[in-house]
Amino acid sequence: MADLKVSGLHKFYGKFHALKGIDLEVPSGEFTVFVGPSGCGKSTLLRTVAGLEEASGGRIEIGGKDVTWARPRDRDIAMVFQNYALYPYLSVEDNIAFGLRARKFAEAETQKRVARAAEMLGIGALLKRFPRELSGGQRQRVAIGRAIVRDALLFLFDEPLSNLDAQLRDDMRVEIKRLHQELKRTMIYVTHDQIEAMTLADRIVLLRDGVIEQQGSPLALFERPATKFVAGFLGSPKMNFLKGRIGKGVVTLEDGAKLPLPSPKGKEGGAVIVGIRPQHISLGAKGSRTAHHVIVELVQPTGTRLHATIPFGGSTIVGEFDAHAATKPGAQLAIEIDMSRAAIIDPATDKVI
Amino acid sequence: MSALPFHRRHDVRLAIRYALAILITIVFVFPVYWLFIISFKTPDEIFAFPPVWYPKSVQFANYRVLFKDGDAETVLNSLILAGASTIFAMILGTLAAYSLARFKTGGENFAVWIISQRMMPPVAIVFPIFLLYVAFGWVDSFHGLIILYTAFNLPYVIWMMRGYIEDIPLELEESALVDGCTRWEVLWKVVFPMARAGLFATAVFTFVFAWNDFLFALVLTRTEVTTFPVQVTHYFGGQSNFWAKIAAMSVLGTIPVFFAVATMQRFLVRGISMGAVKG
Ligand SMILES: Nc1ncnc2c1ncn2[C@@H]1O[C@H](COP(=O)(O)OP(=O)(O)OP(=O)(O)O)[C@@H](O)[C@H]1O
Ligand SMILES: [Mg+2]
Repeated sequence: MADLKVSGLHKFYGKFHALKGIDLEVPSGEFTVFVGPSGCGKSTLLRTVAGLEEASGGRIEIGGKDVTWARPRDRDIAMVFQNYALYPYLSVEDNIAFGLRARKFAEAETQKRVARAAEMLGIGALLKRFPRELSGGQRQRVAIGRAIVRDALLFLFDEPLSNLDAQLRDDMRVEIKRLHQELKRTMIYVTHDQIEAMTLADRIVLLRDGVIEQQGSPLALFERPATKFVAGFLGSPKMNFLKGRIGKGVVTLEDGAKLPLPSPKGKEGGAVIVGIRPQHISLGAKGSRTAHHVIVELVQPTGTRLHATIPFGGSTIVGEFDAHAATKPGAQLAIEIDMSRAAIIDPATDKVI
Repeated sequence: MSALPFHRRHDVRLAIRYALAILITIVFVFPVYWLFIISFKTPDEIFAFPPVWYPKSVQFANYRVLFKDGDAETVLNSLILAGASTIFAMILGTLAAYSLARFKTGGENFAVWIISQRMMPPVAIVFPIFLLYVAFGWVDSFHGLIILYTAFNLPYVIWMMRGYIEDIPLELEESALVDGCTRWEVLWKVVFPMARAGLFATAVFTFVFAWNDFLFALVLTRTEVTTFPVQVTHYFGGQSNFWAKIAAMSVLGTIPVFFAVATMQRFLVRGISMGAVKG
C-alpha cells in the first residue's frame, strides 16, 4: 500500500509554475529521497504534501485519505526542518513533547515516549537544557526527536543536515538511516546532495524544473539513467559526455577515436553523445589494441583514489584511478573504456537510447 | 605640554568628568526631587525662605486631603481608562499585526497606511470627535474614552507587533502546525512566547500614551471621569497655585508609570529568542 499518493499536482507562486504535474507514489515503509538542483521544486513538493503550501491543482492522498485541502494537523505527518525550528523558550524535553501535548496525549505516555526518543538519539542527558545550550548537531537530534515521538504515518525531512559541517553530516546521515531501519516508517527526505540521496534512499525521485525527471532505486537511476540530466546529476566525479557519430558497431568521436558499441544503437551516421563514468575508465596495457593512448593534463588525489583530467575525443574527460597510479601531468597513459556501461544519448532529445 | 606626569593628568580629567556628570544629574533630578519633597511639606515649609531643602518631618496631610476630597479617584479613573484601552488595543492590534505579517492582508503597503493614521495631530481631530461624541451621548463616559484610546493606540500596536512577529522564524509556526496546533494554538504557544518582550514593551508604551493623554480627556470629560492630568490643572488658580496638591497628585500619577517602566526593563532583555534557529 502507498502511504503517499500524489497525482497531477501543480503549484503556482503567482505566475511562476513551480510544480508542473507531479505523479508519485511512496510505498509504505520506504525511504524516499527527493533530489534535484537548487530551485527545482523539492521543498515546494514536500511543503505541499505537508499542507504548508496550498496545491494549485491535483490530488494528494496520505494513508488512502484525500488530504489535498486538509490542514497540516489533519494529515498525520511529522516534519524536520533545515534550521531545526526548536522553541527557544522550551527545554529539550518540552520541545520533544510539544507535538504530543498539542495532540493531548496523556502525560505518562508523553514522558515515556520522550524518554524513548531521547534514548534512541543519545540525547538523554540533555533533556533539561535549552536549545541555546546545544551544539548544532545536538539541536538537529532534538528536532528529529520531536518528529519521531509523534509516530506519524509520514515523516518529512527538508534538508535536515545542510546546516551541519561535513563530518557531522556523515554521522547524522548514518543515524538517520539507522533510525529508519529501526522505526520502519515511511520517510521522505529532501536534499540537493546526490551522495546523500544515493546513500539514504530506497527510492530516488529526481526533480528538475518542477517535473519528475526519473524515479526508481538508486542503482537503477545510477546504472540506467533515462536522460542526460539524470546521468550527469548522479555520480561523482560527474559523468563525461563526448560527442560522436554512430558507425558500424562503433561510435566515432570528434577527433576520430573509435569506441566499440556493445549493442547496436541509433541509426548509422546519426549524432550521439557518449556518457562515460570516470569509474569506468581504467588503466590498460601500453600497446594493447583496445587501449587509447592519452596524455594527462591535471591530477587530483583524494587519498583513496585519484582523479585525472585527460584530453580525449575532442574534449576532456575525467578518469578515476588508484591513488598509487603514479600519474602526473604530462604523463602518457593507456586507458581502457568500459563501453558496456556507457550511456548512449540522443542529442536531440537528451534521452538515453 | 602639562608639567604633570601622565597618570596625574588622567586622574584630573576623570575628576572633572565625574564633577560634570554629578552637576548635570543634579540639574535634571532636582525638579523631580523638589516636587516629591513638596508633597510631604507643610504649607509653611513650602513658602519658607530660605527654602527648606528637606522636610523636618515627613507628613502625609497633603495626600490625606486628596483622598478625603475624592481627588485621588482621578488616578483610579486614569488607571481604568489606560488599563482597559491597553488591553483592547493589544488584543485587537496583535491579531491584526499577525494577519498583516503572515497573510499579507491588505498588501505590503497597508501597514504603512495604518501607521500614518497615528501621525495625525490629535488637535486636528479632537473637535470632530467631540461633536460625534455629543451626538452619541458618549461625552464624560468611561466607554467613550476607552474606545478613543483604543482606536488611537491601535496603529502603534499593529505597527510594532507586526515587526516583532515578522522577526519570528516562520518554521517555528509551521512546525507547530504540523505537530497538531490550530492557528489559535500557534498564536498562543509560539507567537506570544516568542514575541513576549515585544508584547510587554508595546503594552507599556500604549499604557503610557493613554495615561499621559491630556487633550482628549480635557475636551471629552466633565465631572464623571476626570483623569489625573486634567485634575492637576484644576490646581493652577488665577491668583494662587495649590502647590501641595499639585505635588502630591503628580507623585500619585507617576507611581503607575514608574512600575510600568520597571516591569518593562525586565522584559526588554531580548536574549530570549537566541538559539531558535542556527545563527
Ligand atoms: N513563496 C514563494 N514565492 C514565489 N516563488 C517561490 C516561493 N517559494 C519557492 N519559490 C520558487 O519556486 C521554485 C522552487 O522552490 P523550492 O524552494 O521548492 O526549491 P528547492 O528545490 O527546494 O531548492 P533548494 O535546493 O535551493 O532548497 C524556485 O524557483 C523558487 O524561487
Ligand atoms: Mg529547498
